[in-house]
Amino acid sequence: MDPVSVLPVAEPFPNGVARYAIGGLLVGLGAAVIYLGTGISAGASTFLESTLSYVSGQSRFQRYVASRDWRLLFTLGIVMGAGVYAVVFQGGAWTTAVSPWRLLLGGVLVGIGTRVGRGCTSGHGICGVGSASRTSLVGVVTFLLVAIGTAQLVAALGVTP
Amino acid sequence: MTDRHPLFAPLILVGGLLFGFGLAYSHMARPEVVLDFLQFEDFGLLFVMFVGAGVTGLAYLLAPRLSDRAPLTGDRFERRLKPFDRNVVVGGTIFGVGWGVSGVCPGAAYASLGVGNVTILWAIAGMFVGAYLQGRWRSGTSSAGAD
Repeated sequence: MDPVSVLPVAEPFPNGVARYAIGGLLVGLGAAVIYLGTGISAGASTFLESTLSYVSGQSRFQRYVASRDWRLLFTLGIVMGAGVYAVVFQGGAWTTAVSPWRLLLGGVLVGIGTRVGRGCTSGHGICGVGSASRTSLVGVVTFLLVAIGTAQLVAALGVTP
Repeated sequence: MTDRHPLFAPLILVGGLLFGFGLAYSHMARPEVVLDFLQFEDFGLLFVMFVGAGVTGLAYLLAPRLSDRAPLTGDRFERRLKPFDRNVVVGGTIFGVGWGVSGVCPGAAYASLGVGNVTILWAIAGMFVGAYLQGRWRSGTSSAGAD
């Protein structure tokens, strides 16, 4: 257990802020372009349920039949856009060192939580906050605080990475 | 999408490309960087979220003033307002635990696949399992809270 890792460090932005600000600008621009053309507030987690509607008849998923095609296309665009970054700036593939069990367990909880909670970091975080939606602000504060507590606990337990 | 405006699909794709490129450029496609934020080692994520929300906020503010309806769908320009109930907090808490354990959220996971991170398929598979489980539990039990 490393007590230093649970305290704020002296340098809040060890990698600068440019990459984050520019990246955020582009993420917002992507959502804004879709909104300006279609009036749709695009989120990333509905894709999970809308795509399940191709293979499952559950009523929870079937409600997304009308939007499943464009949601698939939106997600394909996200993958390809990140692929362009990888080719142009990254110079090849990058892979995470975070353990598969953390990814799988976290993924299951993310899949449940985002759908029960009506949004994720893009739906609530980018579009909902942009809409000054109280529901989304409560959602964002909730998952941010819980995620911070969880990550600090996991780190304190000595799980790396 | 066959009955859609011919520019509908291309626009969705362009929006997705920008969105995914932005997630990769901001390093949010790397779970390590998200975990660094959650562990207070790099606060950059706040810039991604709030600059992103600022841009969409501008779009939500301006669009209804420019036009009554969206050009490609004819839909009204409305803000993203969802009903509030206990589910928002319960779901947000479950999502928060998952995000804190893995450093992965849905959009960033798709982008992570795009930067070549095949290991992220564990997380994406998990998300589908989770979404399926809650769908099974909630299908038929209640039609309330439709979104």
